[in-house]
Formats: sequence, structure tokens, C-alpha cells
Amino acid sequence: MTEELKKWIDEAIAKDRVVIFMKGTPYFPMCGFSRAAVEILRAAGATEIAAYNVLENPELREGIKVYSNWPTLPQVYIDGKFIGGSDILRELHERGELARLIRG
Amino acid sequence: MIAVHQIERAIAEALPGAEIEVVDTRGTGDHFCARVVYPGFAGKTMVEQHRMVYASLRPWLDSGELHALALETYTPEEWEARKGSRR
Repeated sequence: MTEELKKWIDEAIAKDRVVIFMKGTPYFPMCGFSRAAVEILRAAGATEIAAYNVLENPELREGIKVYSNWPTLPQVYIDGKFIGGSDILRELHERGELARLIRG
Repeated sequence: MIAVHQIERAIAEALPGAEIEVVDTRGTGDHFCARVVYPGFAGKTMVEQHRMVYASLRPWLDSGELHALALETYTPEEWEARKGSRR
């Protein structure tokens, strides 16, 4: 991964509180897991979600996996902290912890 | 195309003593869901637990052969509690 991309991702997760790297967009998710992740974030009270479509950016699609040390997509960051993929979001939501993270 | 027993074996080798259940969700050998119950998950975050499982499947994830893996990870105690409450 290039320094430039790393810096770009650093800024992306610092700039917005709730950030998702996904396949497709919140309105047109291109993968069931990405769709689920957005739905869970919304259900937990996220109103503003900064979404980055990795299908439009092959360098980001591979780079974010290295950056997060996480081999799958989607990936969610809240307040600059890596939260995980859709399975972990669902679990956190069921425990009521996701809403707390989103409220901040 | 990956077989369920290949996934199970790879996880079992990385996490000895884990209780592993894998389902080929589409029957196409590339989308799976897995539940892994492992004493060694104790004290680790969910992110760390998932990373441990992913590490065992790295070659398939990197090659893209393993397209999707829905993952649930529990310690034996968490799994007992969950079975009792939900399933």
C-alpha cells in the first residue's frame, strides 16, 4: 500500500464519525454483507454515514484490507476506530453496544 | 471450489480444540458461514477472534476463491449462554 493511500484512509476515518468501506453505495449496495452493514448502522441510529465504494477504486479495495489487517469487506470505522465487518456489527447491535458507539 | 471439510480442517489446525460448524450457504463452494467455539478466544475482542479465524483461511481469502464468510465466534461459556437464551 502506498503512503499516499494510507494517508488518504487516515484522513477518511478521521473526517467523519461513522465510516464504511463497502461494495456499492448505501442506496445501491452491490453485496449482501455491505447492504446488511448499512442497515444495521441505520438501525442503531446512524444518520450520517460516510461511505466509500471500493468497487470504484481497486487500489482502495485491496489497500483497506492491508490497512485494517482485515481480509473482507465491508469494513466499518467509528470515531477512527476499526469496528469490524457485518457479523461484528450485528453482534454489537444485538448487545446494544453499537448504538452507544454511534451516540459517542 | 472449496469443500466444507477443507474449511473446517484449516480452522481446526489453527485453533486446536475448537468446535467448528461450517455451512456452504449457496452450495457453490465459495460462500460459507462458520461458527467457531474456542476456549482460546477468552479475553480477546471480537475483531481479534475473527482475525484468528481469517488467518487460517488466508490463502483462499487472498486468492478470492473464498468469496464470503459469515462468521460467529464464541468462547465455550459464551456459546452455552447463547444457546440457552436464543436457540
